[in-house]
Amino acid sequence: MTEPDQKHTPPPARTPVRARPAPVTLANALPWILGGLFLLAMPFIFQSNSAITIMNQMAITIIFALSYNMLLGQGGMLSFGHAVYMGVGGFLCVHIMNWGDVFALMPLPVLPVFGGVFGMGLALIVGSFSTRKAGTIFAMISLGVGELIAACSVIIVAFFGGEEGISGDRTYGLPFFGVEFLHQIEVYYLTAFWLMLSALLMFLFSRTPIGRMANAVRDNPERAEFLGYSARWVRFYSFVAAGFFAGIAGGLFAINYEILTEENLNLATSGQILLVTFLGGVGFFFGPILGAILFTLLQTVLSLQTEIWQLYVGVLFLATVMYFPGGLAGVLMMHALPLRLGQAGLLVGPYIRTLVPAVVCALGAASAMEILFHLRHAALGESEMTLFWITFDSHAPLPLAIAAVAAVAGFWLARRSAPAMAEAWHKASTPHGGAA
Amino acid sequence: MDLILVNLIDGLVTGLLLFMLSAGLTLIFSMMGVLNFAHASFYMLGAYFAYQVSVYLGFWMGLLIAPPAVGLVGAMIERYGLRRVHQYGHVPELIFTFGLALLIEEAVQFIWGKDQIAYNIPEVLQFTAFSIAGNSIPAYKVFMIFISVAIFLALLFVLTRTRVGMIIQAALSYPRTVEALGHNVPLIFMGVFGVGTGLAGVAGVIAGPVLSTFPGMAVVLGSIVFVTIVIGGLGSLWGALVASLLIGWITTFAKSYNLRMEDLLTGIGFSRPEPIWDSAWADLWTLTSPQIADILPYLLMILILAFRPYGLFGKRDV
Repeated sequence: MTEPDQKHTPPPARTPVRARPAPVTLANALPWILGGLFLLAMPFIFQSNSAITIMNQMAITIIFALSYNMLLGQGGMLSFGHAVYMGVGGFLCVHIMNWGDVFALMPLPVLPVFGGVFGMGLALIVGSFSTRKAGTIFAMISLGVGELIAACSVIIVAFFGGEEGISGDRTYGLPFFGVEFLHQIEVYYLTAFWLMLSALLMFLFSRTPIGRMANAVRDNPERAEFLGYSARWVRFYSFVAAGFFAGIAGGLFAINYEILTEENLNLATSGQILLVTFLGGVGFFFGPILGAILFTLLQTVLSLQTEIWQLYVGVLFLATVMYFPGGLAGVLMMHALPLRLGQAGLLVGPYIRTLVPAVVCALGAASAMEILFHLRHAALGESEMTLFWITFDSHAPLPLAIAAVAAVAGFWLARRSAPAMAEAWHKASTPHGGAA
Repeated sequence: MDLILVNLIDGLVTGLLLFMLSAGLTLIFSMMGVLNFAHASFYMLGAYFAYQVSVYLGFWMGLLIAPPAVGLVGAMIERYGLRRVHQYGHVPELIFTFGLALLIEEAVQFIWGKDQIAYNIPEVLQFTAFSIAGNSIPAYKVFMIFISVAIFLALLFVLTRTRVGMIIQAALSYPRTVEALGHNVPLIFMGVFGVGTGLAGVAGVIAGPVLSTFPGMAVVLGSIVFVTIVIGGLGSLWGALVASLLIGWITTFAKSYNLRMEDLLTGIGFSRPEPIWDSAWADLWTLTSPQIADILPYLLMILILAFRPYGLFGKRDV
């Protein structure tokens, strides 16, 4: 299968062969303008408080994931401790909030800058010895530093507040044009502003020579050294920049939730951002954005529906690593060529024939899992459960059998038509439908 | 003096337990270049499998059946999962095993629930083996030491004295040559992965009853195992042994001797600020060694990685 190498495919809204910085054109700026308008319009579409809370969480996760992708996707550095930089930035911001005299003179929207600078400061220290090598050694050091600082949070009570963490109140800041950030919606616009700004800055960073060299060092450090660049320093700059934006995300977290605990620093949080970023796709700039949106939705919506949502997320993650290493963005961008060739229509039929059974298979398997889970873990004597708006007895064999049959039949059908789908994709990706 | 002896034994038990995990991990790493993030998850699977078997057939059958079962699961995961990801490079492999660790934890919660399960020491071993100055050493600890030492010796014998061990060692350094000689290298990889995870399974079976069996047990030990093999030197069996014992003893001694930072600071001439709670350095002054026992291994690892990335006994860079 000639899957395009995602790492070499340029981000959207750029033509492939351009080497020097492009002037700002309407085509370049369009995704950003649309994104900004979209962010402005969202609260008018989803007006409920819970929706705004979810969107705030989403925006913070997007900044964090983009910052993580500066390491993993653009720099080839796998970190198991990125939560630390977000965490310390957030902790500092809460301390500033509690520092009444200073905070009263500071408008709230400026606060994340301090989180960013603090995150960057920590990244400066850690990066000075961890970026010497990429790959496994970097991953191990990041894990060690992450665990160390997470463990310190219980010991250094003055800064991390021990087990209960520290909390503050964002409304004591200097009113910003009369806005005191009492309402979620005001916080939303603050977060959205920082989201646009940081995303734009991170995108521009990836266009700078140092951002470009980070890609080169990721792909072939030896060759980059021969060109006269120190692989170590290139990694170091990316690492420090990633630390800064993680700190910004931490500052926004502090503003949004007004509390930080050990949970913001530990391995679980660091692992989660790896999962988010990889699900979205590390090969494209917009991949982590997709990942953060998808994951936050799964986290908030799916967790209301089922207790075992993390199991599904785990399966989804492993399937992504095994079969779609480009993530969601990679899968989407596989269709750029068929679209450009005007042959996307060829794909519709095969896709329906494969994906509908695949969805049936997934739903069947998930239902079977839900029934089994209910059977094992429901309270004693409770045998009634509701799945897809149907209420039935989970101890009866029939529902389980139906779910299993649906899963197996869907799998068989999807598998049978999968080669035809791959064939159709190849055909659609070749000019003139492969006739030439 | 007596306390030192007791701590030596306790540290030995912890160290040997760590060794059983790190031996498999370091073997897998040196063979395939993969740091198996999910290694501690196989340790957890060992404990849960043994529990499930022991419900029906008793502890000893659990000890017999669970490790091969874990090894089989590991071999299957290598065959159908890891081998596929191998083509993308080492970083995706690491991400794969990380995802695997998440998934195994969720699967264990799915099957056995979130609470601790009643996996206990068999009654035959519930007595005091001997006591040192009033500190009783349970027979189960002695049993753990014996099992671990036996496994270490068996591993050493297989690796250095048998034909299979020779092929494995050759495949470590020259996989292509070994393949050209007609050996099935992917099969060897699968076998090593199976044996390595099986070893972790053994550790789980014997540690489950004392360290308690619950879905978080993999996380508790997971990172420490990494730390162990990085300190010992990746790929070195002796390094894994030394680092395991080192970490076992360091943490045990730090926990049982309450060394206080206050004594150290006053010893070198600082005076204690009064009242201590208002001082900016309160956390430093009230620091004690049991508090930092669990982070000492990480500190050691960072120092090792920063100054000697080969580890104590390693021959190659990470």
